[in-house]
Amino acid sequence: MDFGAINPILLVASLMVSATPILLAAIGEMVVEKSGVLNLGVEGMMITGAVVGFVVALNSGSPMLGFAAAALAAAVLSLSFGILTQYLLSNQVATGLGLTLVGLGLSALIGKPYEGMKAPSLQDLHIPLLGDIPVIGPMFFQHDIMVYVSLALVAAVWATLKYTRFGLILRAVGESHDAAHALGYKVVRIRMMAIFFGGACSGLGGAYLSLVRVPQWTEGMTAGAGWIALAIVVFASWRAGRIVVGAYLFGGITVLQLNLQAAGAQVPVALLSASPYLITIIVLVTISARGMHGAPASLGRPFHASH
Amino acid sequence: MIHLVKRPQPSRFWTAVTPILAVLLTMVVGGFMFAALGKPPLEAIRTIFWDPLFHEQFAAYSRPQLLIKAGPLILIAIGLSIGFRAGIWNIGAEGQYIMGAIAGAGVGLAFYPMESFIIFPLMVIAGALGGWAWGMIPAVLKTKFGTNEILVSLMLVYVAESVLASVSSGLLKNPDGMGFPGSRNLQQYDSAANLEIIPNTGMHWGVVAAFVAVIFAYVLLTRHIRGFHIQLAGQAPRAARFAGVRPARIILFCLGLSGALAGMAGLFEVAGPSGQITIDFNSGYGFTAIIVAFLGRLHPVGILLAGLLMALTYIGGELAQLMLGLPGASIQLFQGMLLFFLLATDVFTNYRIRFGQGEAA
Repeated sequence: MDFGAINPILLVASLMVSATPILLAAIGEMVVEKSGVLNLGVEGMMITGAVVGFVVALNSGSPMLGFAAAALAAAVLSLSFGILTQYLLSNQVATGLGLTLVGLGLSALIGKPYEGMKAPSLQDLHIPLLGDIPVIGPMFFQHDIMVYVSLALVAAVWATLKYTRFGLILRAVGESHDAAHALGYKVVRIRMMAIFFGGACSGLGGAYLSLVRVPQWTEGMTAGAGWIALAIVVFASWRAGRIVVGAYLFGGITVLQLNLQAAGAQVPVALLSASPYLITIIVLVTISARGMHGAPASLGRPFHASH
Repeated sequence: MIHLVKRPQPSRFWTAVTPILAVLLTMVVGGFMFAALGKPPLEAIRTIFWDPLFHEQFAAYSRPQLLIKAGPLILIAIGLSIGFRAGIWNIGAEGQYIMGAIAGAGVGLAFYPMESFIIFPLMVIAGALGGWAWGMIPAVLKTKFGTNEILVSLMLVYVAESVLASVSSGLLKNPDGMGFPGSRNLQQYDSAANLEIIPNTGMHWGVVAAFVAVIFAYVLLTRHIRGFHIQLAGQAPRAARFAGVRPARIILFCLGLSGALAGMAGLFEVAGPSGQITIDFNSGYGFTAIIVAFLGRLHPVGILLAGLLMALTYIGGELAQLMLGLPGASIQLFQGMLLFFLLATDVFTNYRIRFGQGEAA
């Protein structure tokens, strides 16, 4: 085996690219869960975003339009989850699973004619000055715009939740919907907004997979990325900063195992390709062994005003 | 203004009616979808729901398929439903199905080419144990560390798929297979084959096991204290703890049972209809079974009917693919929509709809 074939600069650079889809989906889902809703349909929304983004980018020639369409499509899909769980008071776990199944079927149906095609991808930026620094430049400052958008989004979510009135209300709704309702906040409306935002983020993450990371459309291409995003929210203890740590850690593992496979490491391929999932399980166990610090108190509980 | 008033108890009438309503709604919306795909909607619906049973040309082939497809779905869904009732969400049945198939087929292949009546029963036990072991991973992690079983059981599906890829081109590869991946064909190994018990009915041992599981689950839930504890733990966890129900036991029992049933389903499939371990012999039954469990209202008899209906959409979907060129994925979407509509119409089961101004809400 030849470790020399693994270039550390390329490793870090591709780590950021491989972490971005999960980062986008996870930060969206964190906002949803902060509002007290557990949406297990991330995988379904991501893959819908992946296919819609791909199809729109291919037909319009503009990847940015693809991203916008992906966010919109996934957000609209997430509204169906919102209507079911918030207005028709269905079970959130079952509805989330249903959303995933619908998303997988829908995406396979839409994407069938587009398999094997190539969509226009994003140009890598070259940030002046910062991008010119040797080693650091190629690692961090020569990526496409979405990598930086995802990080900016995390910062925006963090600041909104921590410093704004709306963030406070959203957290109040997630911690105790009855108290928030008694104070006159519109619990259902705020949750619907959170669900919509979460859907849009998942859609962006999915589109990043099909337009930049892979970049083409294949059926079932998210391969559990949405579920890993859910795990990262738990790992992050519902804190925006730690979502970045979790997603980049995970991106690092994915890239490293691919590099090890390519370098012909003396480890069974099955173990390497299963490693992202195994490590997610191990991380979940270590986190839960410490206790579920930071889970919103109303997470997953249905809210019905006339109780 | 429309608003909802919680019923003191779920309506029995709506419990029975909502699945039918959901199927009808799915047919209507599915019809629009087929029309949007440029296919005649009524003909498509008829091809999916009617032709597999009554078409003079195809029915002879597709009727036996009904039991072949329904068997594993029912077997898995019964196990899942018991967990769902206790609020334990095993969504990794697909992984348990794969591991059961690998364990069972592995035992069978270890005996090759010996012939003995004992081999097949041993394979069934190994299949159940394989699925049980895979289901116990999330169970033990949940009881020891409080780890979320939803995420762990799902992650293990991908791990199981990696294991499957590895054994089908390694450990269990057919030594006479000229280098192609995939195990020996168990159908051609008499002692290990899960053949039809009655020819041309699709009735194989897996279907028998599914029927036994339905009866077992019915007795468990209506006549046995463990079944009562399971439902109590799901509906009122605090009350259950006061009544002396130990949550850890319920978790281990439910995940272990659903894993074992899914593992058996995998073994019956691999020794029967599918015949060999290949990299993609699994066809998503573990996920469709979730829909079956809900469509059957988590009730054993309901699951029996729901499993047959879902099997019908599989066969009808294949038929529609063949005759109308309907894309295969549209059936997947159709099944997903069914679950969605069921959950949506369930509002009638748990709530009364009131029109006009209610008391200050």
